[in-house]
This record gives sequence, structure tokens and C-alpha cells, in this order.
Amino acid sequence: MNQRVGVAKTESKWKLSRELVGKGVTVAVILGVIAFVLFLGYKKHFETRHYLQLAIDGIRGGSIYALIALGFVVIHSVTGIINFAQGEFVMLGAMLCATIYHSDLSLPPVLKLALAIVLAVAATTLIGVVLERITIYPARGSPVVALIIITIGATITIRALALLAWGTRAKWVPAFTTLEMEDLTFRFGGLIVKAQSFWIWGAVAVVLAVLFYFFERTVMGKALRACAVNRRAAQLMGISPSRMSLLSFALAAALGAIGGIVLAPATRPTYDMGLILGLKGFVAAIMGGLVSSPGAVLGGLILGAAENIGAGVTSAGYKDIVAFVILILILLFRPQGLIGGGERAVEEG
Amino acid sequence: MDGTILKTVNLRKEFGGVVAVMDVSFEVERGEILAIIGPNGAGKTTLFNLISGVHPLTGGEIYFKGQRLNGLKPHVISSLGIARTFQNVQLFGNMTVLENVMVGRHHRSSYGLLAAALRLPRARAEEQEIIAKAREYLSMVGLAERAELNALSLPFGQQRMLEIARAMATEPEVLMLDEPGAGLNRPEKEELARLVEQIRQGGVTVLLVEHDMEFVMGLADRIIVLDYGEKIAEGTPAEVQNNPRVIAAYLGEEDVGFLRP
Ligand SMILES: Nc1ncnc2c1ncn2[C@@H]1O[C@H](COP(=O)(O)OP(=O)(O)OP(=O)(O)O)[C@@H](O)[C@H]1O
Ligand SMILES: [Mg+2]
Repeated sequence: MNQRVGVAKTESKWKLSRELVGKGVTVAVILGVIAFVLFLGYKKHFETRHYLQLAIDGIRGGSIYALIALGFVVIHSVTGIINFAQGEFVMLGAMLCATIYHSDLSLPPVLKLALAIVLAVAATTLIGVVLERITIYPARGSPVVALIIITIGATITIRALALLAWGTRAKWVPAFTTLEMEDLTFRFGGLIVKAQSFWIWGAVAVVLAVLFYFFERTVMGKALRACAVNRRAAQLMGISPSRMSLLSFALAAALGAIGGIVLAPATRPTYDMGLILGLKGFVAAIMGGLVSSPGAVLGGLILGAAENIGAGVTSAGYKDIVAFVILILILLFRPQGLIGGGERAVEEG
Repeated sequence: MDGTILKTVNLRKEFGGVVAVMDVSFEVERGEILAIIGPNGAGKTTLFNLISGVHPLTGGEIYFKGQRLNGLKPHVISSLGIARTFQNVQLFGNMTVLENVMVGRHHRSSYGLLAAALRLPRARAEEQEIIAKAREYLSMVGLAERAELNALSLPFGQQRMLEIARAMATEPEVLMLDEPGAGLNRPEKEELARLVEQIRQGGVTVLLVEHDMEFVMGLADRIIVLDYGEKIAEGTPAEVQNNPRVIAAYLGEEDVGFLRP
């Protein structure tokens, strides 16, 4: 008996010191990277405003990653699945919005854009729901890995269908403020901010507020959270896991579509934009440990800023590398995520 | 209709080679408190898991108000009117005490994301109704003052009470309590006994797994004794106490004092 206590003690000590070393390594790596970035920036004669400009532009993209990451978190915490089709929802939102906007409807541009936005979100949400019903639902009860592979298959299928439907040419969606391709720009001191950035931040803020209200204040939101933290107990409270799975896919698809739509005027949407956006959103979600919503949002913003600053001090071609270096480092040193302990699901007894 | 609310016929569950529940048949009368006792590993929790649909049956049948439950999903069985608690408390640790109970009223809610987001008056009224109802169940178990605390910050005894409130919030006709008294001290157990009696007074049939014999003897109308998955006795507390098979099954257990009044 005493011996066992002894063993447990050394074990926990060992665990503690490992944790400390892990934290130390993380901090050291982050500081090292920052020093390296500053050194590169110094060689390029960067001033503070350069970094600020890069960070602001980065946070714009990062807001989209945050929405995508939230989609990953919602589906993962409710079903255990990592839905790699998340990026395709973004693509569908943007492409559908562009298609509807450029259709022959004879409406004033403002109404047309508003209609395109609403329809694109609705259609993408519907696609998310159908996707869940025809791919995940029939395979429910299969190992999670199998379900994840199914989502990869769905991703490839959606992208192929998008290629058939829209071809390889980039589309465009007008800037929300000017309703033209060209957007307004604002100057604050030496900083330049496009009007669309405010639309993006506004949309993200509204979405976060609605999500917060849904999860904190509505019974259905609470049911979803209950399902995330203890599926078995939730089921025994009369909550249908398959209904919650469907709801999580609908939410994630809507989140992705909104991200794609507000991003569309700032980029030129193409059928294959979902791949890289999905991966970035995944990295952001991983930064928050895959189960924490605030962690996912912060992860997205930090990732967006980091990759843009990284690209700024090196060259634009290196932008995507940042995300994947972060991904590898996190998986190696902090698989539980960088930011905020999330709500890990417990297994029933 | 007769007074039987729940009935099992040759209920059987095997885990690999282990027969956890061996052809158990019994009937539960509407409005009674039925205790299920037996040594460790006798199959009591497994029996609850079968009735609540957590495990598929190996054999046999379960009827609830004449309806066959075989193969139904746990959430369906729950919404038919069978609620339960867990031997090892399973609260939603990411929520407050009140929210835990509100989840129990989930199937009473008909408004979703859109209505809630738009703050439609009907959806808001419904939310208020659910909160009010949840608070009622909390007062029933004496936790009204604790509503806004995190569920897991409660002392263990109150966590058990909260689980009962959450189960009651689904408005069940049958409530299954898996060792609700485990880990409670004497006054807490007396409180629990009062609560169970009150729940039965409210018209709910109670199935109760319990190790504390003194507690069971005072509370239950009838007792079923399981041993190695087999039903070895059934009857009133007095009948069970004098049953030689029960005495044999419990020989070697520390707590056999209850067998000889
Ligand atoms: N999920 C499972 N997988 C395999 N075996 C199981 C499982 N659940 C229960 N058993 C086995 O079934 C038998 C009965 O277990 P059960 O938990 O039902 O007993 P119990 O009467 O509730 O015991 P206790 O008083 O300890 O709670 C035991 O031998 C146990 O090991
Ligand atoms: Mg048990």
C-alpha cells in the first residue's frame, strides 16, 4: 500500500517536471522565433508601423481562420470527428455568393448582394446537413478515424464537383462598401485598412456574439455542450446524438460559409481555395486544443498575424510555411493546445 | 391496465465469457420503491444499463407500459419516461448547477438557434419557463441556493443530489438510482431517503441499487437480490432477510448484520 503511494508520488513528480520542461521549451521556442523575426525585420529596416500593418492585415485573414477553427471545434467536441471538409464550406460560401451575385436577376446591386449572401449561407448550411446525413450518419458507430477519412473523401468530392461546376477561373464578389471590385481604404496615421476588413471583423464579432448566446442561453445550445462533455450522460437525458451531430454540421457549415463570403471581396475565390483555408483553420483549432472555442478564435487571430509578419520579414512565398511549422511544433510539444484548457470529453463509466 | 409499469423477461447480458445478467425476469409495480441489492459485480449496474438502452441485450425482453424497449436508443428510452443516475456521478462539468438541470428539460424545448438568436418572444418565454422549472427541481433537492455554481464545485453529496434533480427534470415515470447513497454521510442519507419517498409520493416509480442495507430495508417496498447475474430472491425486506440463499450469498461480506433483525 505504502509502496504504491510512493510510486504514485514519483510518477506525479515526473509528470510535473515534464510539464515544466514542456512549458519552458514552448516559451523558449516562441521567444527564439520572435527574436529571429525581429532580426530579419531589422535587416529590412522595418519600423513598428510595418509590423502593425502586417499584423492588421494578418488578423483580417486570421478572423476567417477563427471562423473555420470554430467549425472544427463545434464538430469535434460534439462528435469526436475532425471534419476536413470545413474548408470546402468556406469555398462554397464564397463561390455560391459570387454565382448568385452575377446571375441575371434584375435587382439593384445592394439587394442582389444581400440576397446572394443570405442564399449562399443557407445553401451551404443545407449542403453541410446533407453531407452529414449521406456520409457520416450511415457510418455512425464506426471508429472515429474511419469517419475522419470519410470527411477527407467528402472534401475531395466537393472540390471535384466545384471544379466541374465553376471551372478553374477565379470569381469575384464586390466589396461590401463600394459594391465595386475596388474597395475604400482608410488611413490611420501610417496604417492602411480596407473597408472590407471592417466588414470581416464586424461579421466575426456578430457571429461570436450569436454563438455565445446560443451556447450559453438556449437549451439547445446547452444540450450541444452537454453532448460535447459527456455524450453518454447527455443521451440518457433524452438528447439524440445524431440530431446533435446534424446540428453541429449545420453550424460549422454556416460558420464556414460566412467566413468565405466576407473574405470573398478581399480575395478572388476559386474552386480550390478551401484546401489551404481548411488547413489553416485546422491549425488554429489545434492551437486551442481542438475543444476550446475561445482558444480557436485566439488561435486563428494569432496564426493570421504570425504568418503575415513571417511572410513580411521574409518573402510572401513563405507565408504558408508558418502555419505548418506551428502545426508541427504544437503536435510535438503541446498536443493539448497552446491556449486555454478546453472542455475535454470524459468517457462514460 | 394492471399495475405493472416495467417488466423484464429472461433478461440476459454477456460480456465475452462473463454472464453479467443471467435470465432475469421481474416486474415493477407502478408507484413502488423497488431495491436491487447484491454483492459487488452481481450485475446491478448492468441491469440498469440494459433497461436504459446503454448496452444492447444478449437475450430477453424489456417492456415499459406494455411497449417493448429492445433495441431502442438511450435517448428514446429517456424520452419515453425512464430516467437514471450513475454509480459514478456523471454531471456536465462545463456547466452550472442550474444548466445541468436545464439540459434535463431539453426535450421540452421546441425552439432552436434561429428563434433564440432572433430572441423571438415565444422562445424567450419558453426559456424562462424552463429555468423556472429547473429551479423547482433544484429546490426539491435543496440546491436552490447553489444554482449558479459550477456543478463540479459542489461537495460530493450535493453532486449526487444534483444528478437526481437532473434526472427528475426529464419528468420520468420510472427513476433508476444507482447507489445514490454511496459516499454520503448519515444525515445526507436521511435526506436522500426523504427525497426518494417524496419522489414516490409524486407518482414516480423508483428502482434503487444500494449497498447500505439499513437504508434499503427502511425505504424499499420490495427487494430483488442478484448474485453473479442471477436473481436469487425477491420479496419484501422481511422475506428477503430470512431467505437462506441471500444469507449464503452475503456470507463473507462484512455487512451481514441486516440479515438477522
Ligand atoms: N462494459 C463492460 N464490459 C465488460 N464487462 C462488464 C462491463 N460492465 C460490467 N461488466 C462485468 O459484468 C459484471 C457485473 O458488473 P456490474 O457493474 O453490473 O456489477 P454491480 O452489481 O453493479 O457491481 P457494483 O456493486 O460493484 O457496482 C462484472 O463481472 C463486470 O466486470
Ligand atoms: Mg454497480
